[in-house]
Amino acid sequence: MNREIMLEAENLSAWYGAARILYDLAFEVKRGEVVALMGRNGAGKSTTMKAVMGLMARREGSVRFNGRDISRLEAYRIARLGLGFTPEDRRIFSDLTVVENLDVGRQDPRKFADGTPAPAWTPEKLFALFPNLAERRHHLGSQLSGGEQQMLTVARTLMGNPLLVLLDEPSEGVAPVIVEQMANTIVELKAQGLSLLLSEQNLHFAALVSDRVYLLEKGHICWHGSMADLLDNAEVQRSFLTV
Amino acid sequence: MSLNSLLFQALDGLAAASGLFFVAAGLSLIFGVTRIINIAHGSLYMLGTYVAATLANHIGGALGFWGGILTTAVLIGLIGAVIEVVLLRRIYRAPELFQLLATFALVLVINDATLWTWGPEDVLGPRAPGLRGAVEVLGRYLPSYDVFLIAAGPVVLIALHFVLIRTRFGRLIRAATQDREMLGALGVNQALLFTSVFALGSLLSGLGGALQIAREPANLLMDLTVISDAFVVVVVGGMGSIPGAYLAAVVIAEVKALCISIGVVTIAGVAVNVSKLTLVAEFLVMALVLIARPYGLLGRAQSMVRALAEPEDPLRPAGPALKLLGAAAVVALALLPLLARNSPYALVLGIDVLIAVLFAASLHFIMGPGGMHSFGHAAYFGLGAYAAALLVKWFALSMPPALIAAPVVALLGAALFGWFAVRLSGVYLAMLTLAFAQIVWSIVFQWSEVTGGSNGVLGIWPTAPFDNRAALFWLTAALTVVGILLLRTFLFAPFGYAMRAGRDSPLRAEAIGIDVKRVHWIGFTIAGAVCGVAGGVFAFAKGSISPETIDVSRSINGLVMVLLGGIQTLSGPIVGASVFALLQDTIMRQTEYWRALLGGVILLLVLAFPAGIVGGLGKLGTAWRRRP
Repeated sequence: MNREIMLEAENLSAWYGAARILYDLAFEVKRGEVVALMGRNGAGKSTTMKAVMGLMARREGSVRFNGRDISRLEAYRIARLGLGFTPEDRRIFSDLTVVENLDVGRQDPRKFADGTPAPAWTPEKLFALFPNLAERRHHLGSQLSGGEQQMLTVARTLMGNPLLVLLDEPSEGVAPVIVEQMANTIVELKAQGLSLLLSEQNLHFAALVSDRVYLLEKGHICWHGSMADLLDNAEVQRSFLTV
Repeated sequence: MSLNSLLFQALDGLAAASGLFFVAAGLSLIFGVTRIINIAHGSLYMLGTYVAATLANHIGGALGFWGGILTTAVLIGLIGAVIEVVLLRRIYRAPELFQLLATFALVLVINDATLWTWGPEDVLGPRAPGLRGAVEVLGRYLPSYDVFLIAAGPVVLIALHFVLIRTRFGRLIRAATQDREMLGALGVNQALLFTSVFALGSLLSGLGGALQIAREPANLLMDLTVISDAFVVVVVGGMGSIPGAYLAAVVIAEVKALCISIGVVTIAGVAVNVSKLTLVAEFLVMALVLIARPYGLLGRAQSMVRALAEPEDPLRPAGPALKLLGAAAVVALALLPLLARNSPYALVLGIDVLIAVLFAASLHFIMGPGGMHSFGHAAYFGLGAYAAALLVKWFALSMPPALIAAPVVALLGAALFGWFAVRLSGVYLAMLTLAFAQIVWSIVFQWSEVTGGSNGVLGIWPTAPFDNRAALFWLTAALTVVGILLLRTFLFAPFGYAMRAGRDSPLRAEAIGIDVKRVHWIGFTIAGAVCGVAGGVFAFAKGSISPETIDVSRSINGLVMVLLGGIQTLSGPIVGASVFALLQDTIMRQTEYWRALLGGVILLLVLAFPAGIVGGLGKLGTAWRRRP
């Protein structure tokens, strides 16, 4: 199947101060696809996401999203083109209630390039997707558990009606039951037509949801292929994923 | 005194509290969202008073008064928006203290613009049409306008609270206070949000100023008094808390009002004039609140703000080229008295520059490597200067022992104040140091019997062999060079590494066994002692010392010097202080409007070198070496 490319990076590099973190990355995410960016701690997964999102002070290379060059845009402009971002450390507004957090993420409904409408989210729809949040809608962000915060950060991003979501370490530091729920959510979002680029260390989790995989090590992409290929290739798994 | 008159003074205090609240609420909002400590906020208040008084006088009647106040508030809001767009927006990624420097430059520019427009005379507004009368309260007459002001405070408080809780704009403000970068990643245009918050905060300040026209005349000193009051209110109430700002405004206005009304009391046979305490009362309150509740009455621990600035390069020992340059500078210093035989002023200026350099280097020691942003470094300068001067005056000590006493007294003062200060961080630490400096200043100012009060101590002349310009210059140069080398030795000793580790990550530093508070306390004390040397030399170089030479503007000048040079290099404060002292000297002799010129120069430097002069040159150098 030859689907349109939603997100495409070429020669993407990024620095923290004088330290170079990413080296000429090239990757793409097609429409309706779930792609996993995998690698050990410190491989550069989160930095890649931040670089795509325009959150790194110094980056080079080209990033195209939905047919537009976004490599020089500010983060808010990128978000307004329909690129959603959920950071690994969740970054919930802890002084705001769940409902207020969702309201902050709100954007207008959006269409794909071919005119099909993207899923349009409302707080009610999101509460149906994440029933735990519904019960706590008037609690402050700081009163939520880690898992609830993880759901809220995804829900908050969905309020912007994105076409593609960058999901940074969705399974990190949450209870197994939440991890399972996250996996279901990703499958559900994919079914609704969204594309996702997720960063993961957990092969088991990534295998449940992803179509394709890029493996990162020390800021380089060292392997890419389908999830099925990765699962068959114990050698690659051992070289780049096993701790 | 009667209970009635006490209650009456309390009402008067409430009226004053409203104005204080408006300006503090604006400051707090702006700080919360943009993380900029806007020193120019008081200047907007001052402008508000001038503009509103002018409108009321020229248009006249109820329209001129009430319409003028509203017009003024909107106008000041617009000016705030322009400042944000033209200046601050360019430097959001610069280190926070640099933004502070920029707003300080604005203070200078606005002050001179006001002087140029309205002249040096106070501008009096008319009395409020419709509220000229007074109401009888407790057997006395309270002006109706005060009643109006007393009501205006809570009304604005409730309106602001409504906006923050109930509107999307308010939610965005609260969200931005916590994590503005995330807000951007969610599609919120921060630039627009920042501009509107800045405009709203400025509007509140302008409103506060405009409402004062029926109470006090507009004058050119308002900007700094108002900003220091507003800082105290914001810090006492808790950064970012609007109800806290109101509560603190009331507490401080009341304490001041009560000090005045109590007057002279006799405690154990000694007459104490409590009304003299008004100068220091608010700082005493602030110091007490910060010691007991480090985040203010209604504040909470500040969430770690994500720094937008690039991580700084670590300090490195000077390379051979820089060492050579330093040695050349020392030789030049040694030769200057011989070269400048025919221009005695060069030596006078040279001594001033050297004192500024030592002062700035000691401040930099705690600000840069220590990460403690002291807004009250003048205290230790003052302690050193007054220690030397008073020993000469009362005990007829000669110069050498008096100069030795200067750092000792400054060290003791810094050890005492530093013990409290290092328990705080960020803005709170800055404000506590400011409070301590104000307390030192007030003691010096009020304790006339010992310190000579506002006249200061006169006739502190150097004794032989330093009683000629050249010898005094050599002494100053030697002390400055030794002081700087001493600070440098500390920085590259394990102690210095521990201090920087504590600055960069207190938790990790503690985890490897560093007692961060203790290390920072010792650092604070060392800086105070070195600063005391600068103060002691200053007293002898000028032959006198007075409260105005150790007031808040000296602390601010020190900040400007350090920031001008760049905070993360050791040569930064040296260059910054020299440039600043020379600029101040040349510009002051050129024009009446030296403040505006100085401010303009600082603004240009900030925009051209957001990492300070030396930092900027260093970056240029790196870029040059990296060129393809």
